[in-house]
Amino acid sequence: MFSSILQFEFLQNAFLSGILIGFIAPLLGVFVVVRRLSLIADALSHVTLAGIAGGLFLSSKISFFSSLNPIYVGMGFSVLGSLVIEKLRAFYKFYAELAIPIIMSAGIGFSVVFISLADGFNTDLFNYLFGSVSAVSRTDLYIITGVAALVILLIVLFYKELFLLSFDEEYASALGLPAKGLHLLFILTVALVISVSMRVVGILLVSSLMTLPVAASIRIATGFKKTIFLSVIIGEASVLIGLVLSYYLDIAPGGTIVILEVLALIFSIILSKARRGKI
Amino acid sequence: MEEKIVEVKNLFFQYERKYVLENINISIEKGAFLGLVGPNGSGKSTLLKCLLGLLKPQKGTIHLFGEDIHQFNDWHKIGYVSQKANSFNSSFPATVFEVVASGLTPKLGLFKKMKKADREKVMEAIRAVGMEKAVHQNIGELSGGQQQRVFIARALVSEPKLLILDEPTVGVDSQTVNHFYQLLHHLNKELEITLILVTHDIGAITDKVTHVACLNKQLYFHGNKDEFERLKETELTSLYGHPVQLITHDHE
Repeated sequence: MFSSILQFEFLQNAFLSGILIGFIAPLLGVFVVVRRLSLIADALSHVTLAGIAGGLFLSSKISFFSSLNPIYVGMGFSVLGSLVIEKLRAFYKFYAELAIPIIMSAGIGFSVVFISLADGFNTDLFNYLFGSVSAVSRTDLYIITGVAALVILLIVLFYKELFLLSFDEEYASALGLPAKGLHLLFILTVALVISVSMRVVGILLVSSLMTLPVAASIRIATGFKKTIFLSVIIGEASVLIGLVLSYYLDIAPGGTIVILEVLALIFSIILSKARRGKI
Repeated sequence: MEEKIVEVKNLFFQYERKYVLENINISIEKGAFLGLVGPNGSGKSTLLKCLLGLLKPQKGTIHLFGEDIHQFNDWHKIGYVSQKANSFNSSFPATVFEVVASGLTPKLGLFKKMKKADREKVMEAIRAVGMEKAVHQNIGELSGGQQQRVFIARALVSEPKLLILDEPTVGVDSQTVNHFYQLLHHLNKELEITLILVTHDIGAITDKVTHVACLNKQLYFHGNKDEFERLKETELTSLYGHPVQLITHDHE
C-alpha cells in the first residue's frame, strides 16, 4: 500500500486530507462538546449539503459555473448558516435549541430542491452524502490545509480565552473578555471545519468526527488539555486505521472511520466504569 | 480621606418596564467588608452585575477605583465569585489548576502564555484556599464547598483589590461555611482586599463584616456595623418593605 501512496496522487490526497481532518475536527470538537453545541455541528452539516447541491446544480446547468468547486458554495452556506443560527438563538432566548431543527430542516429543504433541479441524484452527490475520500482533489486538499491552518492558529492564539469562555461564559464577560466576538469567531471556524471535513466522511457522518472522539475521552482524561490530547489521538487513529482498512477490505471509508470511533467510545465507557469500580 | 473603591450614585435599573433597583447610592471605601443583604428578588444580583459591567443601568453613575465604569479597563482588579450553580457545568473536564489559571486570562492579555511566575501565582492562590491536594483533580470530582474554594482561588489569582461574592455559601455545609468566613476575614484583614458579600442571611454575617447595606429594590440602610446592630434590636423586621426610605451614609 505504501508504494501505491507514492505512486497515486488520489491516495496521497486521501491520506493527507484524512490526517489533517483527523487532527482539527476533534481539536475543535472538544470546545464544541463542552459548550454543548454538538447538535449545531449536525445542523450546519445539513446546511452545507444545501450549498453543495446548489453548487452542483449551478455547475451542471450554467456554463459559467461549470468549473465551480461545489465545496466553496458549501462553505459559504455553512458560514451563513452559522450566523443565522446565532441570530435565532438570540431571538428565541429561552428556546435556544429551536434554532437547530429550524436550520436543519431549512438545509434539507433547500438540498432536496437543488437536487431535483440538478436532475436528481448522481454519484457526485452520493459522495458528498457518505464521503468519498478517494474523490478528494488537489484543490480540495489545498482548501482543507488552509482551514486546518486557520483552526490551529485560532486555538494557539486564543486557547486561554476559549477555555474561559467554554468553562464559564458569565465569568469571561465579568473579566472584560469580548465574549460575543470570540464566540462568533469560534462558530465561524466550526462552520468551515464541517464543510471541509464532509469530503472525508460525508455530511451524514461529519459531526461524529467532532463529537465521538471527545465523547470517548471526556470521561477518562483528567483535565482539559489531556482531554484535547486524547480526543485528537482517538480521532487521528480512527481516520488512519479506517482508511487503511477500507483500502484493503474495499469498504466505505467514512463508515469505517465512524465505526472505529464508536468502538473507541465503547472501550472508554467500559474503562471509565472499571476505574470507578462499577464492573 | 480613604480611597473610594466603589461609588454608586442615583442608580436605576429596569428589566422590561419594571424597576428592580431604584435610586441606589453606595460608597465603599478601601479595606471595607460590606455585607449586602436583602430578600430573594430584591435586586442584589442585579446590582452586582451592574458593578461588574454585565448589565447597563438606565440611570445613574458607577465609579470603580475612582474611574467611570465606561472608561474602566482594569477588570483584573476585581475578583468575582458567583452562585456557582448558575454558571458552571460540573462535568466539565478541567483540573483545579486549569480552572484557577483561567482567572489570569485578562491579566496576561491576548496571545500571551503563562510563564513560570504565573504558574507559581496559581499555586499560591490554590494554597490560600487550602486546595493544594486536589490540584490535578477534575473540578467535577470535588464537593460543593471545595468547588467554591476553587472559584475563590480563581478570583484571587489575579490579585484583585476588590472581591465580589454573590451568595457563595448556598448549598455548602455549615462547617465549610465557617472555614469560608475565616478565609474571607483573612483576605480582608491580612491582604487588605475590599469585599462585597451578598447574602440573604443577615444573622450569619454581622460579626464578620464592617459595613452593611440592606437592599429591597431601594436601599433601606447603608452604614457601618455598629449602627446596624443598634437598629437591628429595634426595628429590623419592619425595615423590609417599609415605605420610609432610610439611608444613612457614614464617612469615617
